[in-house]
Amino acid sequence: MNGTMFRSQNLIALFLIASVILSFGCSGQKLGEGPGTTAPGGSLQLQGSGASFPKPIYEKWVSEFGKANPNIRIDYQATGSGAGQKALLAKTADFGASDDPMSDEDLKSAGGEVLHIPTVLGAVVLTYNLEGVKEPLKLTGQTISDIYLGNIKKWNDERLKKDNPNLTLPDADILPVYRADSSGTSAVFTDFLSKTSPDWKTKVGMNKQPSWITGVGVGAKGNDGVMGQVKQTPNAIGYVELTFAKANSLPTALVKNKAGQFVEASLESVAAAAAGSVASMPDDLRTQITDADGAAAYPIASYTYILVYKEQADAAKGKAIVDFLWWATHEGEKFAKDLHYAPLPAEVVKKVESKINSMTAGGKALRQ
Amino acid sequence: MAQTGALGDKIFRAVLLLAATSILLIVAGIFVMMVQNAMPTIGRFGIGFLFGSEWKPAQEEFGALPFIYGTLVSSVLALIISVPISLGIAIFLVEQAPKGIAKPIAFMVELLAAIPSVVYGLWGIFVLAPFIREYLGPVLQGYLGFIPLFQGRVTGIGMLTGGIILALMITPIITAVVRDVLEAVPTTQREAALALGATKWETTTIVLGNAASGIAGAVVLGLGRAIGETMAVTMVIGNSPQISASLFEPANTIASLLAANFAEATDRTYLSALIEIGLVLFLVTFVVNAFAKILVMGVASRNGKAA
Repeated sequence: MNGTMFRSQNLIALFLIASVILSFGCSGQKLGEGPGTTAPGGSLQLQGSGASFPKPIYEKWVSEFGKANPNIRIDYQATGSGAGQKALLAKTADFGASDDPMSDEDLKSAGGEVLHIPTVLGAVVLTYNLEGVKEPLKLTGQTISDIYLGNIKKWNDERLKKDNPNLTLPDADILPVYRADSSGTSAVFTDFLSKTSPDWKTKVGMNKQPSWITGVGVGAKGNDGVMGQVKQTPNAIGYVELTFAKANSLPTALVKNKAGQFVEASLESVAAAAAGSVASMPDDLRTQITDADGAAAYPIASYTYILVYKEQADAAKGKAIVDFLWWATHEGEKFAKDLHYAPLPAEVVKKVESKINSMTAGGKALRQ
Repeated sequence: MAQTGALGDKIFRAVLLLAATSILLIVAGIFVMMVQNAMPTIGRFGIGFLFGSEWKPAQEEFGALPFIYGTLVSSVLALIISVPISLGIAIFLVEQAPKGIAKPIAFMVELLAAIPSVVYGLWGIFVLAPFIREYLGPVLQGYLGFIPLFQGRVTGIGMLTGGIILALMITPIITAVVRDVLEAVPTTQREAALALGATKWETTTIVLGNAASGIAGAVVLGLGRAIGETMAVTMVIGNSPQISASLFEPANTIASLLAANFAEATDRTYLSALIEIGLVLFLVTFVVNAFAKILVMGVASRNGKAA
């Protein structure tokens, strides 16, 4: 052997051979790793993955539940709603978590019936950077939609002044900030706009990653990205999760609800939105509660869900999941308020109970 | 020294071969995996994927052009800003600075290279963007506002901010490599030039000429980092897939798009489109590097030196 052997032709040939070998090797490849398994010492390990919005409360639940059940260890990875759904479908997680319900199409492609278990409620708030404006801004679905469509360009637009007669709004260009990444927050936000503005419905519609109007506003990644952009840019407006806004003491706008009231986002007004929509909750619990009925209801609210297979492959693991879900939606709810989530209304807890009771392993009910 | 013998050499060669092959396997593995996963959109959109200017995942419309444009423009912008600065620092360190000053400056340049990109991004949002909005933007607009590049609304977030952040990030890399390259130029050349009565400036141009291929290599390395940078760009570029003449307008790059969206992509077509645009990034990097290599060879042969 000598050095001349390794000429570029040989390298290319080697590359091609390697490609062929790998293309066989990769044909059954999967993204992500396998779900948690039985850990040594007889203890169980569960792997959950999904939405980042409920991460603070899920982590609290995992740690509190772990204290009461030292033999069960749960890992929750906040990979995002989309990744949570993907992980459940690929069975790389024992449970998924998502802010928006799974689509009919995805449910069909799942290898078994998937249950949606609502856990807590959240809301999307509009935060803004307006110097000299002390009282909260009042917005409607129509004005928000016009801002994000580029129809309302300046803060002192007549349409904004009409709803805010007491505020001196500046003669400045509005900079709308939106989520550049796919997000449950955007889904809830655009769902509300689609319900309240026909213009929005036809031009953009409801989506986790809507097609924003080119030339209007800037995109930022994550709640913190949107917050950073709004905080740093005078005359900007953006939307973030309620928990996030509360934790960072951001100014938030009052939003007009279906009953015509301007409502502040709070745990009470979110709970009112949930109460106003319980009657119309479908059997599979997949629902949107934006623009809900009720004078006190905040209109941009939503449930967040844990996703599990109804029929569990492993009885021991299935039992652990059932125990965790039951504990979370009962004892666990008391941790919600401190973390700025609205707990489930009692009627919804009832519906959740029947879902958890329906879970089986090998045809046998997991909760006795 | 112990005798290793012929067998030892064979083992040595085998180990080296293994190491060299591993890089081929890794590149091939990534390539194959990406092509496989991008097949749905490659088949569906064909070559139009490269030239479409609308990126609307919700409507399953995928055009990579605004991202290719954003990637190239932001990277070129970064090079325009960074290359003169990096060259200046490196020449100063090697040719002019007394040891007592050169050491701390070199140390600080290396320190810059170790800062995580998310920190650059945060700095971009909280320091650079307001600075551009309040000072740099209005000044540029005041003097150069007749050029379309500097027209439009200055929000502090956009292509220019992205380019400047990238420039800061690649400066340490280019500086470090150029410094090593300049140090490798034999001192005898400098002495010869000085002995012939050349000034410092003339001597430096001779040294730079001899180091040209190495300097070009350093620039390519910096360019590679600029093209592939994700987080810091995402945080300041505005993430809007549009092709605008103005540097103040928001834009987006391929790497930034992937960073912001890959984790949340559930839809199969969308995922495939994202992987395909990753493949496009592969291609763009390949073309840019090949182009740079040709440039390097040209410079090297003009200077009568083998690359």
